[in-house]
Amino acid sequence: MIERIIPLIYIGAAGSFILALKWLSAIPTARRGVIVGAAGMALAVIGTLLKPEIESYRWIAVAFVAGTAIGIPMAMMPMTAVPQRTALSHAFGALAAALVGTAEYYLRAPAIGRFTMAALALEVLLGFLTFTASLMAFGKLQEILPQRPITFRFQNSLNLSLLGLAAAAGATLVFRPETSWLFPVFGALALAFGVLLIIPIGGADMPTVISLLNSYAGLAAAAMGFVLDNQLLIIAGALDGSSGLILSVIMCRAMNRSFTNVLFGAFGQIQAAGGTGQERRAVRSASPEDAAGILLAAERVIVVPGYGMAVAQAQHKVRELYDALTKAGVDVKFAIHPVAGRMPGHMNVLLAEADIPYDRLVEMEEVNSDFPQAGAALVIGANDVTNPAARHDRNSPIYGMPILDVDKARTVLVIKRSMNPGFAGIDNELYYSDRTLMVFGDAKTVVGNIVRELAGGRDTV
Amino acid sequence: MSRELELGLYVFLLATFLGLELIRRVSPLLHTPLMSLTNAISAIAVVGSILVAGEQRSALSTVLGTLAVTCSVINLVGGYLITYRMLRMFRKSGKGKP
Repeated sequence: MIERIIPLIYIGAAGSFILALKWLSAIPTARRGVIVGAAGMALAVIGTLLKPEIESYRWIAVAFVAGTAIGIPMAMMPMTAVPQRTALSHAFGALAAALVGTAEYYLRAPAIGRFTMAALALEVLLGFLTFTASLMAFGKLQEILPQRPITFRFQNSLNLSLLGLAAAAGATLVFRPETSWLFPVFGALALAFGVLLIIPIGGADMPTVISLLNSYAGLAAAAMGFVLDNQLLIIAGALDGSSGLILSVIMCRAMNRSFTNVLFGAFGQIQAAGGTGQERRAVRSASPEDAAGILLAAERVIVVPGYGMAVAQAQHKVRELYDALTKAGVDVKFAIHPVAGRMPGHMNVLLAEADIPYDRLVEMEEVNSDFPQAGAALVIGANDVTNPAARHDRNSPIYGMPILDVDKARTVLVIKRSMNPGFAGIDNELYYSDRTLMVFGDAKTVVGNIVRELAGGRDTV
Repeated sequence: MSRELELGLYVFLLATFLGLELIRRVSPLLHTPLMSLTNAISAIAVVGSILVAGEQRSALSTVLGTLAVTCSVINLVGGYLITYRMLRMFRKSGKGKP
């Protein structure tokens, strides 16, 4: 009897996942989407626990308790840490897929069909490489590892030959599943490739890479579905796979770069070389007091947040600034570049956390026509996405990248710690424009000072 | 090609296209929660993990399965909770926190 109900439960779970993604498309229904997604997962778990093949629940229960005990604190990490949390979560999901694949291999080989073995090899390859790659991404985002890309000679040839070796080992296992000594070698190659894949990737490319790893984790689950003949796994895995793919494409487009260029291009290094030899030009700087005056007089202000705002944890001060200016009758908008921050949509979540209404957050395509009418643009911790060289300087490494047309505002205020070039290592000509005033200092402190000036210096700390 | 495999490939194909259509419609405003939700959905590996852990076919598979269940439950619990937390933060102007 139960065996007949389980497929129905699984179909319900698959339907829930589809609805979850559909409802996530807009804010009014998004929370419902998460709830139905969680319900789908509960159905999947219940359906599996009901299976008669399960002999003992003891270890499953232990693992559930342990997983929940680790999972809950991970969900309570601050919003600024969302990129690294997501990377870490990818690592766990992918490791689970790889471990299941490994267990299945030792249970079934050599009596395993060719196609099943191919799916299993793919599951293990994607699982293990996503595991180490996500851990590396986590390390870079958490700044345990250096954020700058690390490159060395023959790096790409080394990576490609390692991938080739892994593919060869996988193919051998498909045709000769009985060569069981090769399986650990195969797993080790996949683990090593994951590490090498992320070594040359710098912080600014993280949005693309995290999306790609999201896709791989999904595809590993789909491959598991082929091994276990389970349609639910195939559906959920395919949904994730396509989601990660779309996001990576959007991220690549927003940087005007190709996939291969992100993975093998080692952005930072090339630019650092290209950016040298430029003469230092004069910049104009302003005090927080001047900035407050300009913003008050501007009528329309567009704030451009970037990763620097996240690093300085300045989002709550930015909200105070938004409140003060709005109260003074100034229209304030936020211009969001698709690759601002370290993962897709990073800035939106930070500003939402600080209680800034989401209808004030405007995407690049929409907001660019507003800059010429803006009295002031306030750049907080963003750099390359505002560099006008991307529009006209064919020699610039970021030429062709869509940017926010900050330079078209009447006055541009840039909050920056120092004149050090941004991640890409290129000078930003915006800083030398006659319309630009630099406000030097830590983003949180500077915004706090501007807010104090706006309040008339009443509550001096 | 076995019947199961054929069916599986059809399902994979259709689900991929459905996924592409659904995800394209998601507002860029929600890209972080989207990634967080799809990350939680990839915890579907929990299904295979439970089977391997519970079937008790060999000591090795039980150990690997138990580890796999732990990992996928971390992914699952953390993923859904943080997505929900994030979405609670989004509010429109003129409205208090829901």
